[in-house]
Amino acid sequence: MDLVAVFPEPPPPDLARTLDLAGYRWKAVGSADDAARNEPAAGWAGAVVACDSDPDAAWALCRALRKKDTPVSAILVLVSGSQLGDLDARHELFDDFCLTPFHPVEVEARLKHLFWRGGDAVRPDLVEYSGLVLNLETYQASIEGRPLDLTYMEYELLKFLAQNPGKVFTREMLLSRVWGYEYYGGARTVDVHIRRLRAKLGEEHANLIQTVRSVGYRFGQSRWGT
Amino acid sequence: MLDPQRDYVLRTVEERGVRLIRLWFTDVLGNLKSFAISPAELENALEDGMTFDGSSIDGFSRIQESDVLAIPDPRTFEVLPWGDPKATEARVFCDIHHLDGTPFQGDPRQVLRRQLDRAHAQGYTFFVAPDIEFFYFAPPRAGAGPEPLDEGGFFDLTTTDVAGSLRKQTIRTLETMSIPVEYSFHEDAPSQHEIDLRHTDALTMADSIMTFRLVVKEVAASNGVHATFMPKPLEGVQGSGMHVHMSLFAGDENAFYDADDPHNLSPVAKSFMAGLLRHAAEITAITNQTVNSYKRLVPGFEAPVHISWARNNRSGLIRVPIPKRGNANATRIEYRSPDPACNPYLAFAVMLAAGMRGVAEGYDLPAEADANLFELGDAELAALGIEQLPQSLSDSLRVMERSDLVRDALGEHIVEWFLRNKRSEWRAYKTHVSAFELDRYLRAL
Repeated sequence: MDLVAVFPEPPPPDLARTLDLAGYRWKAVGSADDAARNEPAAGWAGAVVACDSDPDAAWALCRALRKKDTPVSAILVLVSGSQLGDLDARHELFDDFCLTPFHPVEVEARLKHLFWRGGDAVRPDLVEYSGLVLNLETYQASIEGRPLDLTYMEYELLKFLAQNPGKVFTREMLLSRVWGYEYYGGARTVDVHIRRLRAKLGEEHANLIQTVRSVGYRFGQSRWGT
Repeated sequence: MLDPQRDYVLRTVEERGVRLIRLWFTDVLGNLKSFAISPAELENALEDGMTFDGSSIDGFSRIQESDVLAIPDPRTFEVLPWGDPKATEARVFCDIHHLDGTPFQGDPRQVLRRQLDRAHAQGYTFFVAPDIEFFYFAPPRAGAGPEPLDEGGFFDLTTTDVAGSLRKQTIRTLETMSIPVEYSFHEDAPSQHEIDLRHTDALTMADSIMTFRLVVKEVAASNGVHATFMPKPLEGVQGSGMHVHMSLFAGDENAFYDADDPHNLSPVAKSFMAGLLRHAAEITAITNQTVNSYKRLVPGFEAPVHISWARNNRSGLIRVPIPKRGNANATRIEYRSPDPACNPYLAFAVMLAAGMRGVAEGYDLPAEADANLFELGDAELAALGIEQLPQSLSDSLRVMERSDLVRDALGEHIVEWFLRNKRSEWRAYKTHVSAFELDRYLRAL
């Protein structure tokens, strides 16, 4: 588990205990500058920021973590009831929040959810699968290092499939998850886009997207190795 | 706040180092028009559109209301696979609007979209797949006729190699531009080729055909060859058609399929076909819009002449291909008169309007005409109730002018302009004295 930044320095004792019990490796930081100085080589995996003692320094830290080239994408802030209004203008600065005084089980559950969502928290924006790379932040795709120029819907479909390798999706599932319900092209639209993607992937990679007879499509190998 | 599609376009331009974005749209006659903007202007263009002088475009505005707005459709954004890799270019199709934001009546793309929306309101999505024929010739020389590649020592390579590699290059380019190809082959006529596109919704397909025509011409030109979609470039051999396979889907069900019908055709399919047949003459000026188009629609060259349908008879206007057993989704009809020089947006719009009129009013499908109609005399055809398609541009304009269906589908603006433009084309043709006449009459009369 990578290192999590915790503010302030020292953190409230019950927060430190909660993180220890949940098994997180963490380091206390006293300011944005302090966080920059102490940042591990792989970057902060996330941050838990208690805002009640020094709200200005706390938000400055969140802002600094977000502004990095690879923004920290798992930031949990702890605020008191009277600070809830502060969240309004700052939604881009945190991923989740918890009211203080907090319940240890709640903080643990929220962190677990944040880190699950982020996957590999240091580089959450890359999806890689056998030569295919999708950069979710820049929307760029490449295959064997060659850029793959996709339309928006082709990109969204490939992203969804590549994020769920080995899993079989029906056309209806893909339609509702990728296009959303308002789209009226019907499931044939999915087939059309799959064909276009295969054509763009090129002959040697077209089989990354497999047709599962009378069910739908699967990206990559089946989970059962067939 | 940008929506994700616009964000995607802007990020791609930045990441791929796109230097120029070409805004594409189509005039009333189906010519591709384009102007280019820099990446710096793109965000503004996506948000508010780009103003340009519409009076410079055929069939767009009158002088007094000349400024219109091109609003890019971010779904159609693609990096262009040709050109200088260090100065990448991209294209995006546009919808044309008035400055107050209302759709511009002269924009073929929005005419088609309106028909598709109408069909959708009744629960249907319109899918099409065209088979597009074209010729490769040596670059045209002034005063000389078309010179087929197959005929002579224009190339160092054998002509089969040249045409084969042109076609391969073309297909590769099409596929990198989201246009999958179903089949491609050398046609019967010398230098003629056919590329069949995989079905998709009609708006995407009309966009694809615009791209297709450009790609075929570009790839040919870069190899010193001239590609043409002229409907009948050579006398005595078959011309170039664009047969259009069509089906209607209601959700995920093919509305043309009926397991209980002996031919697997549903009542919707039958009345759609009846609508196309009953209104075929009215829409012919749109599907076959040049003087030359009517030199293709003659007996003996696999082009339709009679307004009829059949399952396995290529002399009819509508053919119902027999799909592989049990493949309900492949049930479709093939409308065989259009040629590849048409405006695909307007052609799909009137074809859909004609079919949907048949569905709405429950037209009865006439009997199948499975005889070879070219062998029947006029009296026999009359007895079968089979009429002919209009024989000339002039004839088809006359029928179109009286058609409420076409006026309703295309709108007053386009119909008026189209009739004016095409009548003047016909007048110019009528005053031309042809080689045929000189050969036949100069000495004899």
